[in-house]
Amino acid sequence: MRYFLQKLGFYAVALWAALTINFVIPRLMPGNPVDIMLSKLATKGPVSPATREAVEALLGTDSSASLWQQYLDYLHALVSGDLGTSVAYFPAGVGEIIGQTLPWTVGLIGLSTVLSFVIGVGLGTFAGWKRGSWLDNLIPFTTMLQSVPYFWLALLLLFAFGSVWQIFPLNGGYDVWTYSGPEMSWGFLTSVVQHGTLPALTIVISSIGGWMLGMRNMMVSTLSEDYIVTAEAKGLRPRRIRMAYAARNAVLPSVSGFAISLGFVVAGSIVTEAVFSYPGVGSALLMAVNSNDYALMQGVFLVITLSVLGANLIVDLLYGLIDPRTRARS
Amino acid sequence: MAVMTQEAPAALAARPPRRFTVRVTPKLITGVVLAGAIVLFGVLGPLLVGNPSTVRDIGLSGPSGEHLLGTTQTGQDVLAQLAHATRGSLTIGLVVGVLTLVLSAFFGIVGTFAGGGWDEGFSLFSNVMLVIPGLPLVIVISSYVPDKSIWLIAVVLAITSWAGSARVLRGYTLSLRNRDYVLAARVAGEKRWRILAVEILPNLIPLLASQVVLAIIAAILGEAGLSFLGLGATGSFTWGTMLFYAQNGLALRLGAWWWFVPPGLLLAVFGAALSLINFSIDEIINPKLRAQTRAVRKKWRMSRSQIVGRGEEATV
Repeated sequence: MRYFLQKLGFYAVALWAALTINFVIPRLMPGNPVDIMLSKLATKGPVSPATREAVEALLGTDSSASLWQQYLDYLHALVSGDLGTSVAYFPAGVGEIIGQTLPWTVGLIGLSTVLSFVIGVGLGTFAGWKRGSWLDNLIPFTTMLQSVPYFWLALLLLFAFGSVWQIFPLNGGYDVWTYSGPEMSWGFLTSVVQHGTLPALTIVISSIGGWMLGMRNMMVSTLSEDYIVTAEAKGLRPRRIRMAYAARNAVLPSVSGFAISLGFVVAGSIVTEAVFSYPGVGSALLMAVNSNDYALMQGVFLVITLSVLGANLIVDLLYGLIDPRTRARS
Repeated sequence: MAVMTQEAPAALAARPPRRFTVRVTPKLITGVVLAGAIVLFGVLGPLLVGNPSTVRDIGLSGPSGEHLLGTTQTGQDVLAQLAHATRGSLTIGLVVGVLTLVLSAFFGIVGTFAGGGWDEGFSLFSNVMLVIPGLPLVIVISSYVPDKSIWLIAVVLAITSWAGSARVLRGYTLSLRNRDYVLAARVAGEKRWRILAVEILPNLIPLLASQVVLAIIAAILGEAGLSFLGLGATGSFTWGTMLFYAQNGLALRLGAWWWFVPPGLLLAVFGAALSLINFSIDEIINPKLRAQTRAVRKKWRMSRSQIVGRGEEATV
């Protein structure tokens, strides 16, 4: 129980840090984002006092309120879910935009991360089990794939399967000509899968090498432990030694290293979304950056950070279940 | 390391000259040769090619005798751009690598060595920095600044990427700090900074080296991603900016592979070369990866009957 409380405490601190970074950055930067935003908003339509207040709370202002008061206003605006109004998608609110784009990203990154984790750890298990086999010799090659930048791989895949052999569509999340918006139909789902294949493939290919290498090295380390020799001496079946004795212990660092890798995957997929014009939060972030839509930018940053924190919290709690030692120690 | 006085070199000289022998493996040779070739290209290349920005009226053209890697949409020589881009990307990698090293060593080693509240605080801080995703933060920061110098980008990249290696360093320092020889040095009344610089740091060198290599890869990739989105340093030439211009110049639709393949390929090959070098460093840090070499590998390949036969001779 103590373990879970500790973890929850840590993520509470991390959450506070993320919120505060989000608050501090616009106020530290040169220039006045509020004026830029408000003048842009004004060209699209009348700016209500409520909108003005939301933008000021989010981005900071030269008004008379003290920094502490601004901080409280900002937290209050967040709790009540008011993230301001977007310039790029006027007159939609930032929360609305995020609500529309988040499912796409969570679906894409979530699925492809789970896929690459399962495949990578599986292959790494066998590579470490049979050192020097063809699979083991493949490891340096997959590590090379890992150093391939996501967006370049995306460009190559797009060039090969989108332009040369026209198998997959070039961009978007679904066929915008046939369907006016997301709907629950077989045809729409097929379209989504077809559009999502290349982005997902990009993420899987780029991230699989890391899982494989980590798992393989841990397998090699674990296999030299005494209890493996004991298990062999007992005459257990190799399959049982491999899965229940070696792999089960070797997978732990991969699980706990999830935080580091998830950061990379999220970063990579933002750029991947840009290449494929995928309708996720990455594209929204870039749209916001290109049109100086600071409210949307801060909102998207916050949501990405919170999602990563949430995913890590879940993985950490699961880790406590998988590895009893963490609970016993604390 | 900067705090060494005159006594320190003498102490170093008394040691056997080579403490970490690097085994020369095909992996290491391949890595060093590839990385060395790209570094040479980045250092010498810009001197040999013409101005990368020169516009010619030949437009987009494929590789030819005159332009070995063809030209861009505005007739700029791709090879010349590539040489300058290589230099730019390597510079970023080097600067960020050094900055990351300093930051992660400070938070990972010094904090841990100080112990107590410092250790707790630094550890919490690096763990928080670790779970906050880097690239979105870099994007947000760099979009507020209109005129970005290459140094600003480097500093921002370093600030967002030191946490991972600080955590690794912390784990290793923790185990070193409580080893008997360090405790002995403490009892013998050695000064704290001297224990850190002379007793602990030398043992961390392989780990630091591998962390720097990783940091360089991450920095070059990060900068490339940022530049590809059009958020890189103003007026810089890197692999990322080349890909940005290629993407915006519709190189993909026009089938101009000579424009977007070379920068990405160099990036991938350089990353792969550095990770090959890292494999060799890993074998120094983790003896388990090294100890099980050919002899043991053969054992795994033995059939069951052979293992049983061996067991009778009681040699496991």
